[in-house]
Amino acid sequence: MPALNEAATLPEVLDRLHREVPWADVVVVDDGSTDETAAVARAGGATVLSLPFNLGIGGALRTGFRYAVDHGYDRAVQVDADGQHDPGAIEKLFAALDDADLVIGSRFGGTGDYEVGRTRRGAMRLLQFTLRLLSGRTFTDTSSGFRAFNRPLLEYFSKSYPSEYMESVEALIGAYYAGFRIAEVPIEMHQRAGGAPSALRLKLAYHYIRVIVTILIGAGRRPQTGSTK
Amino acid sequence: MTNTAHVFVALTTLALILFMARMLRKHNFKSKYTLLWLAIAVIMGTLAVFPGLIDNASYAVGVDYPPAAFLGVAVAFLLVVVVQYSWELSRLEERSRVLAEEVAFLRAEQELLSARVSALSDEVAP
Repeated sequence: MPALNEAATLPEVLDRLHREVPWADVVVVDDGSTDETAAVARAGGATVLSLPFNLGIGGALRTGFRYAVDHGYDRAVQVDADGQHDPGAIEKLFAALDDADLVIGSRFGGTGDYEVGRTRRGAMRLLQFTLRLLSGRTFTDTSSGFRAFNRPLLEYFSKSYPSEYMESVEALIGAYYAGFRIAEVPIEMHQRAGGAPSALRLKLAYHYIRVIVTILIGAGRRPQTGSTK
Repeated sequence: MTNTAHVFVALTTLALILFMARMLRKHNFKSKYTLLWLAIAVIMGTLAVFPGLIDNASYAVGVDYPPAAFLGVAVAFLLVVVVQYSWELSRLEERSRVLAEEVAFLRAEQELLSARVSALSDEVAP
């Protein structure tokens, strides 16, 4: 669970995780928070990986992947620290992991109360179109922060997870080209429980453009179909 | 080039050479960078003292306006340097990222160990 200044929402999120998935080991990657995120997470019974400075979500995630790989976990799930994701759906993601290496919990097609603004939806459509062009598949939610990974994918991501913002799209197409099986599962999604959204509009536009350009440039790489690495 | 301009350029490049030498001595730069800039400064100095060199070189490659040849070479060189810096910067960023991860792992490990140690010492010393 990557967390940046989420001390306000973290106790409730950790509490729900412990109640609904008591068998799970919770690791919070504190991405250089300036509030009490690390202390709150520790008090909530999570293992805390405190980064000395802010690496961005991609860096925090890779830290988590490396931790999972080093500690011999067979599978892992990424959950947001702001309470948007329902821990009850983790079992659902893991179930889908039987036939896939990467399972994305999609906010759309679910039954939650999640809505996005018009600009953002337009940008998401454009991104979706670009991805369909490259992969021939439709992904309904490319930026979801609720995803499950199996061991081979954890190993792959622990070395190669992209570091820049909106890394999930790059990661998705990277995993696709590397021959991993990707599945989407509709999940219920709630509006943020607290904290501020992580990006402003103009910045968001820049990142959408950057990601689209990046994946288009990377499109020369051919998918290694049939590989199960 | 007029005499005033000539003197001005010569003095500027002399200052540049002295500045680079100073930077090298104080180890402010890695010597590979200082050597690069020192070489540039020496080339500039040579050209400032013998302006005829640029003219001849420029006519030799078929450029009729020598300042354009000089500027063209300068821009191309700076472009190469900047691209190289971008590459270097990406590499350094990646390295600091790995270091940050290692620090986080070590911190977590250290916390775990000190918790165990204090639990043990509680057992030993009543």
